[in-house]
Amino acid sequence: MRIKGPRATAVALTLPLLAFIGLSFVAPLGTLLSKSAYDPNVANILPRTLAALDGWSGGGLPAEAAFAAIAEELPKARQARTLVRVAGPVNRLKSGLRRVLARTARQVEKTEYAGSWRAALIGIDPAWQEPDTWLAIQAAGARFTLRHYLQALDLERRPDGDIGLRPEQSRIYVPLLWRTLLVSLGVTLLCLAIGYPIAHLIATSPPKRSNLLLLMVLVPFWTSLLVRTTAWIVLLQRQGVINSLLVSMGITPDGERLELIYNMTGTFTAMTHVLLPFMVLPLYSVMRSIPPTHMAAAASLGANPVQGFLRVYLPQTLPGIGAGGLLVFILAIGYYITPALVGGRSGQLISNMIAYHVQTSLNWGLAAALSSILLVAVIGLYLIYSRLIGIDRVRLS
Amino acid sequence: MNDDRPHIEYIGVRKRYGRSNWVVSDLDLRVRRGEFLTLLGPSGSGKTTCLMMLAGFEAPSAGEIRINGETVDGLPPDKRGIGVVFQNYALFPHMTVGGNLAFPLEVRGMAEPERRERVDQALALVRMEGFADRRPDQLSGGQQQRIAIARALVFEPDLVLMDEPLGALDRRLREELQYEIRRIQQQLGVTVVYVTHDQQEAMAMSDRVAVFRAGRIEQAAAPEVLYEEPQRAFVASFIGENNLLPGRIISINRGVCAVEVNGRQIEASHVGNLPAGAETLVAIRPERVKVTREAGHFANEHEARVEDISFLGDHLRVRLSVCGNSSFIAKIPNIVGHGGILPGDLVNVGWAALDCRALEAESS
Amino acid sequence: MQEPHPPSSANARQLAALLLALLPGSLAAESITVVSWGGSYARACVEAYHKAFTAETGIEVLLEDYNGGLAQVRAQADAGAVHWDVVDLEMPDGKLACDEGIIEPVELAELPPGLNGEAPAEDYPPGVVSECGPGMLFYSTIYAYSTQYLKGEPPATIEDFFDLEKFPGRRGMRRSPLANLEFALLADGVPLEQVYDVLDTDAGVERAFHKLDSIKDEVVWWEAGAQPPQMLADGEVLMSTAYNGRIFNAQVLEKQPFIIVWDGQVLDLGGPLAIVAGTPRLEAALRFVRFANRPTSIANVAKYISYSPSRRSAVGLVNKHWETGIDMTPHMPTAPENLKRALQSDWRWWSDNRDEMNERFSAWLVR
Repeated sequence: MRIKGPRATAVALTLPLLAFIGLSFVAPLGTLLSKSAYDPNVANILPRTLAALDGWSGGGLPAEAAFAAIAEELPKARQARTLVRVAGPVNRLKSGLRRVLARTARQVEKTEYAGSWRAALIGIDPAWQEPDTWLAIQAAGARFTLRHYLQALDLERRPDGDIGLRPEQSRIYVPLLWRTLLVSLGVTLLCLAIGYPIAHLIATSPPKRSNLLLLMVLVPFWTSLLVRTTAWIVLLQRQGVINSLLVSMGITPDGERLELIYNMTGTFTAMTHVLLPFMVLPLYSVMRSIPPTHMAAAASLGANPVQGFLRVYLPQTLPGIGAGGLLVFILAIGYYITPALVGGRSGQLISNMIAYHVQTSLNWGLAAALSSILLVAVIGLYLIYSRLIGIDRVRLS
Repeated sequence: MNDDRPHIEYIGVRKRYGRSNWVVSDLDLRVRRGEFLTLLGPSGSGKTTCLMMLAGFEAPSAGEIRINGETVDGLPPDKRGIGVVFQNYALFPHMTVGGNLAFPLEVRGMAEPERRERVDQALALVRMEGFADRRPDQLSGGQQQRIAIARALVFEPDLVLMDEPLGALDRRLREELQYEIRRIQQQLGVTVVYVTHDQQEAMAMSDRVAVFRAGRIEQAAAPEVLYEEPQRAFVASFIGENNLLPGRIISINRGVCAVEVNGRQIEASHVGNLPAGAETLVAIRPERVKVTREAGHFANEHEARVEDISFLGDHLRVRLSVCGNSSFIAKIPNIVGHGGILPGDLVNVGWAALDCRALEAESS
Repeated sequence: MQEPHPPSSANARQLAALLLALLPGSLAAESITVVSWGGSYARACVEAYHKAFTAETGIEVLLEDYNGGLAQVRAQADAGAVHWDVVDLEMPDGKLACDEGIIEPVELAELPPGLNGEAPAEDYPPGVVSECGPGMLFYSTIYAYSTQYLKGEPPATIEDFFDLEKFPGRRGMRRSPLANLEFALLADGVPLEQVYDVLDTDAGVERAFHKLDSIKDEVVWWEAGAQPPQMLADGEVLMSTAYNGRIFNAQVLEKQPFIIVWDGQVLDLGGPLAIVAGTPRLEAALRFVRFANRPTSIANVAKYISYSPSRRSAVGLVNKHWETGIDMTPHMPTAPENLKRALQSDWRWWSDNRDEMNERFSAWLVR
């Protein structure tokens, strides 16, 4: 097919946008997803060691060649400051090996070769005589791996090769994922419960009043994260405005001030507040398009207000409920700063762990695997939604 | 049921929103059972508000509305059992046509088989058999309005209100549906209160027309009466077309009065109780004006000059200068020998005193 | 959606550096970035020796805050894009970073001599020196309460911190296993000298977490050292673990009615000041570290915050708080009165086990 004339110009005009989307969305997302299963760092930094380990599978200690190779490659990595890239992944496979690798890299430089690298390394750290150490290096050296996904699902590959649940005290991510989904669902329902009447009020008010109301709904949108969070702390803490008000009105005794923050209440309050506009706006735009005569018609046909609402109004707002719900839910899944600040322990959501692994533990593979699982969950929800309501009926504005 | 008793009564009904001006003031109106009454008036004249108060969507600020002799004050719309047809149809877009029609039956708790039968009957009534499974947005405007009418009738109310139901349709469709609505009303014998600003529509359909102006009824009467015997200048000009010549009553003699218009004298029917010397507006229908070259045929005969002529197919529309009034209109039927007059010709115009009414002059 | 982040000061600095590079050389003063723990501790360091350093060398010191950990240091050294020059590390992290080669070694001999010309190797006690540099200050993780909210019989022991029946109310703790595991074991009856032996076993770690379980629902977790005084002042928590210097500052500068419970304090070493490997400003960074390690610099810190010098010859210089004139000696974590039941944090143990403990702590926190 040949595109010519004005059409070609039109296509050409979209190129910057496509390039932008490609560079800012597709490429980073692709890189991220690839990191969850592809990690060439260890393989690139310890090529000879891994080659020497080729064929060895945990029966006894590896050959002297492997000891010699790693004795050469570790100090080299240390000098190139790439030891971190090896030590991190290896340590995740067997806790404590970060220290062993670091110490060895440092000590080997000062050690004279005395006929056996095996003896030398074991002399530096006894961990070198454990096959597990070598197995961990070997496993970390695999360029392609599913272990991040296993870990993200609280699974592990047992020594016999079977896949099973991790020990209970280290199962983190699946419970967190459930908590995240439940919190997001709760926030979505709260937003709906609060946002529906607000949207209705705005949609049926005269323009002057509806603009003012809309402005009030949008204010949290425009407020900086820190100001918003601080405001909630000032309001909700034990000596905060709300508690003091309740105490001064004699509703709660001074000794029994309500715990409104640093728990689930805080998480729900702050998240609902900031996500409310995403529920109100789609609902508002849908409600505004419903002629007021529909409810009048329902009444004239004999429907009482409840019947009229349930049978006539509510079904027509479903696209708005769907769009708002989907938006709020997806955004809630990705929230982590606000809940961490006002939610206390309950404010730990899956995104906190992703941020932790990206920023602090530098375990990008696991972060990518967690992100991918979240992405799949969101896509799944989207598909269910488009099946149930039809994505073409979503109205955002 | 006692048919002498009015079906609907407005008794001293007034309505205003907040502290605004009265939208409806001092409304007294009675509607017979089975009557087709049209509330006619320009927009903002209060006719729709009257309808909405009857339906129960608005409450009167003062006065009382009775249906079958009983006040409906405070009765919510869903308890009134009145069918309402809205201008924008107000069909529920998330239901099929059948679902829309079944809705009033469902909320009344009617069982499925009977419901279906009634829906089919209603569809047959508006000649829309076979459309039950369509969605409203798959129908044309005219079809949607038929469904809206069917929905307002399917639960067999004895009173149906229609608020400019044909306002959004083109002319041909309007005329077609006017006959349909009239046919259905007569077939079912229901009382219809119909709101429109289109006087032709009102004339074509109604047993009686109430002409609204600024929240009041100017005149309520059968279409012929409104046309032939308007009581007020507003009605005379709003219903059909009228030449209105301002003048002063000189003398009154047994229903006929002499009016001086720009120094000329016109004989006219005396309407109401205007005394001699009062300001008046003389109303003459354009089609009652004869344009001739000879003189001596009519009580009112004046010299006139032809200003211009429009050819409108079935008639010629002639603008003349008569008695100092240069926008005097006469309609001449397009029949053989209509005179061959041309702009600039000097002619005689004349009309019968009966065809010309001296009405109270109004401020606006 | 990603929530809006506070603007990254790192980016701002890069931008500033870029802009400076575009200016004529005479306008761009030499500067280094020093990363510390924020709040009153960082202020104390600024007053104690940052300003004097700039005055002496003309090198400007840009201050940034962090909450501990090696993540950014690792990321910067690994990427070869170093914009943090000097970082105030915790001892265990300092040792690990040294082994990993991501911080530059600072030889003890290169550091300034003691007050009376003692060689650094003599002046620093052996226990405070790691391969990449010595710890400079003793600070302590203690717990404190405010008499504004805690009335009646006051808590006196670390056991009381874990006693919800006697002292019902919320507790503030650092979101980290560091010191918390020790507190838990001490409160569970483990003698001081056995704490790290117990922690070295799996059962011991479990025991510590089990003890933490008993107050878990009441704990509000803090991350920055400036948070606990605030939470105590707001009555948000009844008691909170904290760095002793932060509580001291709130006591003397803000006149907060805070009481420190020294029983079961976990004594820790601040520093070393680590130079991130690969910094293009190595020479200036080295000069800064040497300046900071002068006995007078270290002792100066104690004028502003109650952290005591690790160098022997600096201890004698500690006297009065610069503003209030309070005698600092009894507020030092190393004061004999405060050392009655004090645990010296074993930074070698933490260096070996920190990753694993962090992981277990995260998992425990989520459960």
